[in-house]
Amino acid sequence: MSRWPREAAEPDPSSFGSRPYDLVKEFVVALVGVTVLTLLLAAVFSSPDEKSMSVASWAKADPGDFTATALAELDGSSDTAGYGPPYNTAADGQKIGPFALAKTVGVTHAIDTAQAFVLTPLEQATQSPDVRAALGTYMSASDDQRGAWTDAYSTALDKAGDDPAKVTPGGYGPVPVLLSQLLAQAKSGSLDATLSAESGFYHSDYTLPLMFLADGSDLAAAGEQQHLAGDQWGMTNEVDNYPGQVWLIPDSFFYQVSPFDHSPNGDALVWAVMAVLTAVFLLVPFIPGLRRIPRLIPVYRLVWREHYKTHP
Amino acid sequence: MTEQLVRTRPTGGWTGSLRRGMERNLPPAKLLPDEQPSYVASWIYVFGVLTLTALLVVVGSGIVLSVRGPDWWHTSAVGHYFNSVHLWSVELLMVFMSVHLIGKFFMAAWRGRRALTWITGAVSFIACATTALTGYLIQQNFDAQWISTQAKDGLNAIGVGAYFNVMDFGQMMLWHVALFPIVVALVVLLHILLVRRRGVVPPIARAGAAGDRS
Repeated sequence: MSRWPREAAEPDPSSFGSRPYDLVKEFVVALVGVTVLTLLLAAVFSSPDEKSMSVASWAKADPGDFTATALAELDGSSDTAGYGPPYNTAADGQKIGPFALAKTVGVTHAIDTAQAFVLTPLEQATQSPDVRAALGTYMSASDDQRGAWTDAYSTALDKAGDDPAKVTPGGYGPVPVLLSQLLAQAKSGSLDATLSAESGFYHSDYTLPLMFLADGSDLAAAGEQQHLAGDQWGMTNEVDNYPGQVWLIPDSFFYQVSPFDHSPNGDALVWAVMAVLTAVFLLVPFIPGLRRIPRLIPVYRLVWREHYKTHP
Repeated sequence: MTEQLVRTRPTGGWTGSLRRGMERNLPPAKLLPDEQPSYVASWIYVFGVLTLTALLVVVGSGIVLSVRGPDWWHTSAVGHYFNSVHLWSVELLMVFMSVHLIGKFFMAAWRGRRALTWITGAVSFIACATTALTGYLIQQNFDAQWISTQAKDGLNAIGVGAYFNVMDFGQMMLWHVALFPIVVALVVLLHILLVRRRGVVPPIARAGAAGDRS
């Protein structure tokens, strides 16, 4: 029943006759040619190296967005705070049908946004008596009290167009002092170092500063300006119009079409589709219909046209 | 009878079995032939060796970048040039490999017990694409920041992000310069050995011609 025996019955290549073919010479010529071509492309087109964004550059360029983001981290309303696994249990994560793979794996990189992005950096720095007192007040307050302060400040900041200097006086408790000091630390550059070094002196994990940057608006705006956003085929693009990962076109395609482009489970669904397509790609030799396409679209006649001249 | 059995019994244990298997499946004339079947006469065959040589340029330029460390290419014109060589060799690798793959598809190159050759080629493509992704993640520039913060959502959605953290520069560096290259090297080596063992796939028998099994 299996088609394997028929597939295995292809004629032996040696039965077609042979001709001299210098594999080593071909390899050396190809190596020299490709090396020269690469060296020329590199010399002519170079490569992009857009300077990275830092928390300091963000805070200096857009102190309002920084303050609003820091407040969202403090009151637990930021994207990271509500992300779910692997960072916290605030959500279940995305699902493929009934399967919540992220939830199954669980929290492996726990992030308490208030502590990680606001309170720890303030606690680790040398502070003035005012800031120390504000920290003490905030830390000793109840959750309800903290929520009342942050809610009131969030409303006031919205009304002030995210400009802390324009916020009218109100019942915000120690929150304005804390956020103002965090902004000062960010502008000085010390917050970049603190966020990177929370795990110790040696570090190579930039999860915290990257999550903090991604919660703000400026990183997303910079990405969109460079045509790198998901709905701009950003997966396949590169800064400054350099060629990007164009081999990801199939993945990027699904992010452009419904339901993947608006589903809350869009990422998981795209991965599921790509997993199926990858399996199909790997198993082409065994899939009836698909493996017959080469016979139906006879590109092979071009490839072996010399052969068919003598073997019609 | 017993003496006959003793004389013909394979010797050398696992080592002997491995040697005999290699001699049987990959004799030197098959491993490095100086002739090819007469039907190997098309430009499409060049893309296999172009893919392999582009991979060697990728590895070579990657080794140069590794010797001086990840910061070098941001502060040195020579380092930046080698980064450019690395980038363009990757672009060429993926272009050559894609043409090679498309060509092999339309040649139905899995015929004649060559399915594993196709599969190892497909795995090579996926492994190279994944290795390239980790390369983008360790650039230490805006590109790396953007790609890592975007890619994390896809990986987290299927639970992979819990263990493969694209925002962990150290982890991605080790995957890019050590673990993935080992995978690519092994799969490509297996692919090449399978090509040499089975030989180049013969032409598809035209409809109605002798040997047509469609």
